[in-house]
Amino acid sequence: MEIREMTACTLGQKIRRHEIGVKEAVKASLDEIKKQEPTVHAFLSYDEKMITARVKDVEAGMKSGKYKGPLAGVPVAVKDNICTKGLKTTCASKMLENFAPVYNAHVIDQMEEAGMIVIGKTNMDEFAMGSTSETSAFGITRNPWNKDHVPGGSSGGSCAAVASGEVSLALGSDTGGSIRQPAAFCGVTGIKPTYGRVSRYGLIAYASSLDQIGAIGRDTADCAALLDVISGADAKDSTSVPGMKTDFYENLRESVAGMRFGVPKEYLSEGLDRQIQKSLMDMIQLLTQAGATVEFFSMDHVDDVIPAYYIVACAEASSNLERFDGVKYGYRSAAGEDLHDMYKKTRNEGFGEEVQRRILLGSFVLSSGYYDAYYLKALKVRALVKQQFDKAFKKYDVIIAPAAPTTAPKIGDSLGDPLKMYLSDIYTAGVNLAGIPGITVPFALSDEGMPIGFQLLGDCFNENKILQAAYTLEKLRGPLPAAWERRSDRS
Amino acid sequence: MKQYETVIGLEVHVELSTETKIFCGCSTKFGGAPNTHTCPVCTGMPGSLPVLNKKVVDYALAFGLAANCHINQLCRFDRKNYFYPDNPQNYQISQLYVPICRDGYIEIETPAGKKKVRIHEMHMEEDAGKLVHDEWEDCTLVDYNRSGVPLIEIVSEPDMRSADEVIAYLEKIRMICQYLGISDCKLQEGSMRADVNLSVREAGSTEFGTRTEMKNLNSFKAIARAIEGERERQIELLMEGKEVLQETRRWDDNKESSFAMRSKEDAKDYRYFPDPDLPPVYISEEWMEEVLDKQPEMQPEKAERYKKEYGLSDYDAGVLTQSKVIADVFEETAVLCGKAKKAANWMIGETFRLVRERGISPDEIHFSPKHLAYIIDAVDKGEINQQSAKEVFEKVFDEDIEPKAYIEAKGLKIVQDSGLLEQVVCQVIEKFPDTVREYKDGKEKVLGFLVGQVMKEMKGKANPAKVNEMLRSKI
Repeated sequence: MEIREMTACTLGQKIRRHEIGVKEAVKASLDEIKKQEPTVHAFLSYDEKMITARVKDVEAGMKSGKYKGPLAGVPVAVKDNICTKGLKTTCASKMLENFAPVYNAHVIDQMEEAGMIVIGKTNMDEFAMGSTSETSAFGITRNPWNKDHVPGGSSGGSCAAVASGEVSLALGSDTGGSIRQPAAFCGVTGIKPTYGRVSRYGLIAYASSLDQIGAIGRDTADCAALLDVISGADAKDSTSVPGMKTDFYENLRESVAGMRFGVPKEYLSEGLDRQIQKSLMDMIQLLTQAGATVEFFSMDHVDDVIPAYYIVACAEASSNLERFDGVKYGYRSAAGEDLHDMYKKTRNEGFGEEVQRRILLGSFVLSSGYYDAYYLKALKVRALVKQQFDKAFKKYDVIIAPAAPTTAPKIGDSLGDPLKMYLSDIYTAGVNLAGIPGITVPFALSDEGMPIGFQLLGDCFNENKILQAAYTLEKLRGPLPAAWERRSDRS
Repeated sequence: MKQYETVIGLEVHVELSTETKIFCGCSTKFGGAPNTHTCPVCTGMPGSLPVLNKKVVDYALAFGLAANCHINQLCRFDRKNYFYPDNPQNYQISQLYVPICRDGYIEIETPAGKKKVRIHEMHMEEDAGKLVHDEWEDCTLVDYNRSGVPLIEIVSEPDMRSADEVIAYLEKIRMICQYLGISDCKLQEGSMRADVNLSVREAGSTEFGTRTEMKNLNSFKAIARAIEGERERQIELLMEGKEVLQETRRWDDNKESSFAMRSKEDAKDYRYFPDPDLPPVYISEEWMEEVLDKQPEMQPEKAERYKKEYGLSDYDAGVLTQSKVIADVFEETAVLCGKAKKAANWMIGETFRLVRERGISPDEIHFSPKHLAYIIDAVDKGEINQQSAKEVFEKVFDEDIEPKAYIEAKGLKIVQDSGLLEQVVCQVIEKFPDTVREYKDGKEKVLGFLVGQVMKEMKGKANPAKVNEMLRSKI
């Protein structure tokens, strides 16, 4: 088996057993990156010198017994909105083109303590705003399954890197579906944990009350293992939940017998692609045969999710992105005539169109006279959405949902109609409004050979249930081909 | 001519003297080299997050409780959005929708008796950095050392009617903060700042006039002058039949006039909204009780106790407790030397004289009580005379020198050697035979002259009582 075919846990095990060296694992990843990047462009940067130095540390740490977890020695890709000390962190924006933080995000420290090796930083929609990774200021990422298609977004680079075999694991961030939707488009597994499960310290904020860092991998076990590494309280993040060190990987069980699944009827409306609908029915059948109960139920306020989500997210973004002003770091326009002119030109030249659109939307809904009608109302809707999920989780262990209305769209098809793009977040954004965890599991390929994945959603801090369901579903589904195995079919 | 009444409300910012900043672990110390007390949080680096310093809540609670406020047991932080380089995130974390305290009052003394100034609300927030203009390079630099230093903002109702009331109110706030140990409240250093909202109306009217807000007031004197100036400006406008515009004005204390900064129309829209990085703060009954338990003795109780415990007069007890620093020095001295009344006299007399002469605030005295206690004891034991004592104390006051060493080095000690004294006494008796005769004839008063002569010979270093006694016996 080639290294690129291995899951992270398999690779980790072989490294621990000295069947594969850390250097060898890293080299395989770098070789694959060099081979694939010209067409995939999943990465924005990687620093071979830093990687070489890190490999030495990890080798020594493994020898001394400092690093002994399941992922020690395993390379990992990191979305470029997560701060890495001394390594450029750009948010795929001209605004931060040359910004290298002097600190690590908490999750990076945690991964380093687990002996993992950050291989590079992945492409994304600018400041995580977008659903296709096309709003990046540094070029688009292509879907490894078909290079004419987008990988989804905003964690498109991380998902494409895993799907293409460049790495087996990656970190993403999910504000309205930014892990779960590209995971579905790229045929990989991605989990957005419960809000507060993972520290946000060092994640460059898009919408603070919705953002959550999560894991992207080849399968559920990989995601569980990485989530174990990055979960837990952090004194530097007041919204991280205390005392939550987890053991998901060790506790994975293959069984759905007796588990109760619910499917909101509203998710099956006409907007949903017919092939995806069909796959959903296949999946329900598999689960039922394995002893689970699956019911359709009605969920209110499904149509209110998108407006509420975009109001809350844009409002927070408009404030979070104020710090990018040309004064302290990042891009500064050379044309500014005075302070306020410098602010205006810097922000006008430094931010892309989609980011500016959301800043304007957010500033508008917070401005006096509109605050009550938009922002406060959105918060009320948010509370109602949460209530709907609370009600559902009284009856069901897991809610099944599509990850997107379609498979990955073609490059260039989405940005022209932002409203349509926003509406495609309908199945994912409610999860962030409610703060609950969700995992996307690849399930099938469409007739066109594009991956179809589904979300399994759980109640707050019930990641164990959705991981168990996802792990079991993988077995029921059987192996799927990898993107590189299909590539010969394509141009 | 119409009579006008001035109506004043105050927004007072007080810097809290916690060790660390409100949302990070950086030091709050004043005067470090630029940007040395900073970290990713207080410089607004991407990805950094605020974590509330609980001590700030303790301090804010202590003030709120001392100022008779209602405590919002579930309070929240909001973001106030505006672009300015001293504000690294371009939003300030403050409290608008649910501040920690509401509806309190502070009692002040006025010529007409006690008066309550109501507090509308009090909230916690972070301070901004400082812009420094470099004339040489012609550029502006930012120092973020102050960024994130905790503040409370105390917003009063428009209950004050004169500059005197405003000063009394500010002094009361300063006293409360000082007693609670939550701030040093120095206007000059900016650890206490006041914005004055002022309007005028015809006497007897119950409607408020249009108000202006004045900023940049950094001493009590500037505040008094600004109030007088703004009151006159507004009355003049009204008398001319013009309107007072609702605006923010900047007081220029050198020119003794104010000028408009921005009108109501250009008032900024701060787009306040709850800060999603900070969960609401829940203040339990236990937390409040803990703060109350730790509440130190406040001024009225302290003055009362001084009267009872040390037998001080109403006046003395009042004067000594106006500043907690003075009160603390007094009490420690009194305890050390066991002579409260004498300690009180030294504080009220010499200490205050020197405070005035040096042009400092009573809070700035920095001598050790044990040194004053030593001086008091030395005078009592007849080791030094009152005149030398004052000289030594002045040195103690300025430099906190060791009085014992100083007395010895300067030879101020009264000579106990009766041989030497006897010699001098005999010399004086010989030198002034006429005076001695007058004394012998019953003119008791002239003895004073002879004592004086002996003291002069001894350069003051003799015990006058002893001299007196020796003269009588020799003559």
